Amino acid sequence: MTRLAEYAGARELTVNLTLRELRGRYKRSALGWTWSLLNPLSTVIVFSVVFAFFLKIDPPTGHPSGLHSFPMFLLCGLLPFNYLSNGMNGSLDALLANSNLIRKVYFPREVLVVSTVGALLVTFLVELAVLGVILLVLGNMILPWIPMVLALVAIQSVFVLGIGLMLSVLNVYFRDVKHFIAVALQALFYSAPIVYPVRFVEDAASRTSFPLLRVYQLNPLVRFVEAYRAVLYDLRFPSFNDVAYVSVWAVAVLALGLFVFHRLDRRLAEEV
Amino acid sequence: MTTAITVDDVSKEYRLYHERNQSLKAALMRRARVRYEEFWALRDVSFEVPEGATFAIIGENGSGKSTLLKCMAHILRPEKGRITTAGKISALLELGAGFHPELTGRENIFLNGSILGLSKRQLKQRFDEIVDFAGLEHFIDTPVKNYSSGMYVRLGFSIAINVDPDILLIDEVLAVGDAEFQQKCLEKFDELRTSGKTIVIVSHTLDSIRNLCGTAAWLERGTLRRLGVASDVIDEYLTDSHTDRAADGAYGTRWGSGEGRLEQIELLDVSEQPVKRVCTGDTVVLRFHYKADEAIQKPVFGLAIYTLDGVRVTGPSTRDVGLVPDQLEAGAEGYVDLRIDRLLLLPGTYDISASLHNNAGTHVWDMRHRVLRFDVEFGHPHEEYGFTSLGGNWEGDILDGPR
Repeated sequence: MTRLAEYAGARELTVNLTLRELRGRYKRSALGWTWSLLNPLSTVIVFSVVFAFFLKIDPPTGHPSGLHSFPMFLLCGLLPFNYLSNGMNGSLDALLANSNLIRKVYFPREVLVVSTVGALLVTFLVELAVLGVILLVLGNMILPWIPMVLALVAIQSVFVLGIGLMLSVLNVYFRDVKHFIAVALQALFYSAPIVYPVRFVEDAASRTSFPLLRVYQLNPLVRFVEAYRAVLYDLRFPSFNDVAYVSVWAVAVLALGLFVFHRLDRRLAEEV
Repeated sequence: MTTAITVDDVSKEYRLYHERNQSLKAALMRRARVRYEEFWALRDVSFEVPEGATFAIIGENGSGKSTLLKCMAHILRPEKGRITTAGKISALLELGAGFHPELTGRENIFLNGSILGLSKRQLKQRFDEIVDFAGLEHFIDTPVKNYSSGMYVRLGFSIAINVDPDILLIDEVLAVGDAEFQQKCLEKFDELRTSGKTIVIVSHTLDSIRNLCGTAAWLERGTLRRLGVASDVIDEYLTDSHTDRAADGAYGTRWGSGEGRLEQIELLDVSEQPVKRVCTGDTVVLRFHYKADEAIQKPVFGLAIYTLDGVRVTGPSTRDVGLVPDQLEAGAEGYVDLRIDRLLLLPGTYDISASLHNNAGTHVWDMRHRVLRFDVEFGHPHEEYGFTSLGGNWEGDILDGPR
């Protein structure tokens, strides 16, 4: 109960720390906020050239939208992935980078992770808004789907926060969690249908007796990407299964994250 | 009387890692057991701080003072026991912790203020006061990384003190900024005290504690040694810590050509017994045992008394009073005394250096730097500040109250 009261009291602090993240991030850089858009843009250009042009990956045609564009196909998966990956990387440093605060001031330490993820959420929303404008220009009438997108963003945020809470505190005690995550993220990127359509995996699965597709779809990131893409690229409701699956994951990960965090934050002021 | 802070049987353990291998592999190989030594920074400490009290925690370095303060601030969590606090706490542990260097002073006030638990509305109300108190009107829209260290600390202090806490925890930050700012701080403390706030101070500046605090707790190696009226506890602490240090007997350097030597320097009490501890106002004798292997001309016996910080308090010599023999014969042996009827040194630890040199000061036969360490304790006159008493008497018609 006292914890809940503490969280309520820390609401304003969370907002302020989030603003600090956002304001501090691009201070003194000439392009400022544009960087947060240039980053995915450059990825899209490189990947489009390599995967669509060299490797001739043909994106599926959106149904019922009729959209057929590799860069759009890619972005619909890339942006959610970036949110997850930035969230993981940011959380790894969230506590260590604020060691001076943790050692000198008392406040609920979760706030640092929440504000890190919060700042990334704002960036993600801006990126989605830009993507939405481009999709509109290309003829995808996504406006009625905005609530559905926001619902997915909310579920993913819970998921990212849970992982972030876990990673942030683990990295304080075992500094090589960070290096492990760097490797894991690379594998994670190709484990989800971001640069390729799920059709490829289905084809591969039909050539083997191993239940490849089932195993593949255990990965919550696969379901997240599928859900985002259904709404943004295809303009239809994501499968109920996918949404239910990622929701359960999100809640479970957050519960686990909070549990781990509270187990390990006792000695935080000494260990950071 | 209500209690502001209850420290109930608190123990805090630190881990001293021998081989800090913060890696998963190492942890797994040792089956998740990292090797460390337990170090109890606090052991079974219990006391209560009543509401409205100004409370000091004193003790040597490493006695657990700051750890206790951090436990009170809930930054550290004790392994055993619990600390309960009533009301809002503000801890002045490190000023400006959490400032973001790229953000301006204004932005940092709002950020830091909310870290310390103030709402935006409260901060808006107090903004002018904070800026004014820190004296940073002209620089408030400058990034704090361009601040001088003094400005930085002043802003941090100003925010922390304007949090309007019920309990203020202060660690060694009384000496912030220039004299004018310090005066402002003291006035602010006074204001907080009279408005019934609870203040807990950890400090080495015993003088200011004696003035500010009513009650003091003395920690020694993590345990509570004594709790009581501040000036009593401080007197006892001073007496005790001097005894400890005198026992160390740190001896300094020695040089000189060696034809004449100072064999031994002694501090004797009134009955000519060697002592290490004396009181202000005592009669003491400083005895120089000399021996000349060869004949030396016009020898001068000199003496210097230093504080541990290296300040020379005084430095009398036989030349000052014109007592210089023409010659010490080869093989001469004996002693000269400096008799002090009323030692006017105030409580503290002092070092004595002694020298045997020629009248012109051009040749040193024997120089023994910091050869003897002794302690002075409270005596008569009973004075607190500085190194020496002037031995004066206060007089005046109105000054005849009981003492």
